[in-house]
Amino acid sequence: MRHVLLGLFLLLCGSAQAAPAPGALSNPAMETRARALQKELRCVVCQGESIDESNAPIAADIRKLIRERIASGDSDKQIKDYLVSRYGDFVLMKPPLEPSTWLLWFGPAAVLLAGGGVGAIVVTRARKRARTI
Amino acid sequence: MTAEIGQLALTLALALATVMAASGIAGSRVTAGISRRIASSAAMGMLVFIALAFGTLVYAAAVSDFSVLNIANNSSLAKPMLYKITGVWGNHEGSMLLWVLVLALYTAAIAFARRGSERLTSAALGVQGLLAIAFLLFILFTSNPFLRLDPPPFDGAGLNPLLQDLGLAIHPPTLYIGYVGLSASFAYAAAALITREVDAAWARAARPFMLAAWIALTIGITLGSWWAYYELGWGGFWFWDPVENASLMPWLVATALLHSALATERTGAFRTWTLLLAIAAFSLSLIGTFLVRSGVLTSVHAFANDPERGTFILIMLVLAIGGALALFAWRAPSLETGSAFEPVSRETALLVNNVLLVGAVATVFLGTLYPLFLDAFTGTKISVGPPFFALTFVPIFVALLIVLPFGPRLQWRKALFAEALRSLFPALGVAAVVAVVVCFVVKTHLVARLGLYKITAWVIAASILDIVRRPVKTAAGFAVALAHAGLGVTLMGVAGTTLWRAETLSLLAPGETVQVGPYTLTMGRVERADGPNYAAIRADIDVSDGGRTIATLTPAKRVYPTEQQETAETAIRTTGLSDLYVALGDERGKGRFVVRAYYNPLAPFIWFGGAIMAMGGFASLWGRIRARSARNAIDAVPAE
Repeated sequence: MRHVLLGLFLLLCGSAQAAPAPGALSNPAMETRARALQKELRCVVCQGESIDESNAPIAADIRKLIRERIASGDSDKQIKDYLVSRYGDFVLMKPPLEPSTWLLWFGPAAVLLAGGGVGAIVVTRARKRARTI
Repeated sequence: MTAEIGQLALTLALALATVMAASGIAGSRVTAGISRRIASSAAMGMLVFIALAFGTLVYAAAVSDFSVLNIANNSSLAKPMLYKITGVWGNHEGSMLLWVLVLALYTAAIAFARRGSERLTSAALGVQGLLAIAFLLFILFTSNPFLRLDPPPFDGAGLNPLLQDLGLAIHPPTLYIGYVGLSASFAYAAAALITREVDAAWARAARPFMLAAWIALTIGITLGSWWAYYELGWGGFWFWDPVENASLMPWLVATALLHSALATERTGAFRTWTLLLAIAAFSLSLIGTFLVRSGVLTSVHAFANDPERGTFILIMLVLAIGGALALFAWRAPSLETGSAFEPVSRETALLVNNVLLVGAVATVFLGTLYPLFLDAFTGTKISVGPPFFALTFVPIFVALLIVLPFGPRLQWRKALFAEALRSLFPALGVAAVVAVVVCFVVKTHLVARLGLYKITAWVIAASILDIVRRPVKTAAGFAVALAHAGLGVTLMGVAGTTLWRAETLSLLAPGETVQVGPYTLTMGRVERADGPNYAAIRADIDVSDGGRTIATLTPAKRVYPTEQQETAETAIRTTGLSDLYVALGDERGKGRFVVRAYYNPLAPFIWFGGAIMAMGGFASLWGRIRARSARNAIDAVPAE
């Protein structure tokens, strides 16, 4: 536990000697944004990897593109919209909420509600039986 | 000759499977004793022949017999002997052969153990026989590992280097013991429906097989996650990859099944629901096989390009699942008797557990299959990645964790909530203290997310301490406490790594340093470190903590020329509480190398937890086996 807290402490203090990552932005806030964006975008030629993880050349190109756009003042949304216009919704790790994905997004909740409803009926009936015996 | 022996053995196994299916299922109607004996003998014979077939393939791989197409495609002379042998199940044909071998093992175990009545055992063997027929036909007609190649090549094409690893050598067999193990529960459930013996007996008969399958799935998933962690080189442990999801779904349903079957066994509650779960668990195993083996996952079009195998599995899937569900729909309504319990009781807790687990399965199922359906029907391509599961699966699981400690504390039929809550006060206290400490130390915008993750993880961890501390009288109680504790430990690891991880990606020349977490890494020299079938470079990286050098890590990067593939050999230094994880990347001129380093607090807990959960399963299994003779004596008294 002490180890964890120590690590956490050092983490908050930052690390002075860190050599810059290849192609990283000098502005730490912008770099953090770039890293977060990378995790939300899919490498379009890989199997289920984000461009943050992928070693594919196209992922490296998109990482570079993200940094250029961030440096030139684009918002995260503008960058995503641009990539979607180029590669389609496929590039988003989190599918957009639209009529074609309603089942995907609300399906689990529907299953839970249905399960809860059936469960409530089962419990009510079991209770009635328990009280009549 | 060996390949021909294998082929012949498989054909004979198919004949015996047919005998077993016919005799076993007929036995449920006429003379059960005789049918059971015939089916049992057939089961033993089938095991011998399938083992023989598997043995010949292993032999062909060991002696590098490239006149066998499968060996020529998947092995090579330079490969170490260990990977020549484990490579047998590293490809489609070999892994399907392993699948039927495991099926034959379980079938023989059912025949040998003779749990439940003669009629039930006989019918269960019959159902296993039908499954064996389907899979043997699949192997013989679409995935024959014994096909010859003429003329044989001088060297084979090699094995995917990612698979040349001990972790992955034992991961698939373990997972298969889990997947296929669920066939036994499926067979008993179908047998119960066929014979109308849907009382507690079938659940009791199937319980050891459920447990064995669940243990194997738990270990298999844990190993797979560990493998991905150290082999893939970016420090993650779970990627919500469809192949991973394919193993997670049966695990979730098997977990629900274990809980529901408990109620069925003890009080006769949820008997039809338990049957349905047994059917669903194995169905999801089959769907997982279909997803992984048909090529559908890479792309819907890959399936269309090589439709033979996929279509065959799809037909099997429809027949097995559809058949079982039809049987269920036909027989089950007349068999449900309804049970009696109060709203505050163990039964209700298990019901809540099941509703939440089914919801969790629904998220994984939709997240994995929805993109395939959408693409197939509308041509729209979408991706469902970790952010989707963070929003759907995680909340359901968190809810499950909040209610989990209450379950084992509630009595059957009627319980007092206040009593359970009171016994949990110490755990709540610990959780509250931890939450305050964590929020105080990390006073950032992360608080909401962190609070949610941490409080929940700690509620579980603390309450588990409480369960362990409590005087446990039964083996079953101890097993439950262990399994639940394991889940808590795993989730502590997940929360720790997700929230407190530090990572750096930097370009380092010898002598340069970088800071990650509490450690300072100093790049040393980089040298060649070639192996028998690969070329590699390896870096010496000194690790110091507070100015004192504590270790030297040697991450490497390998290139396999035969397979034309690169792998990262990560170096991990673990303290048991945290991992330092270093991966070596490309050279970017002037002797500078890309180095990825991660400080992963609590990461080892993820796998410790998996091991503890599996131990919980073993404890339960052991308790069952030990208590069996005593229970047999009770069963001898007519229950009806």
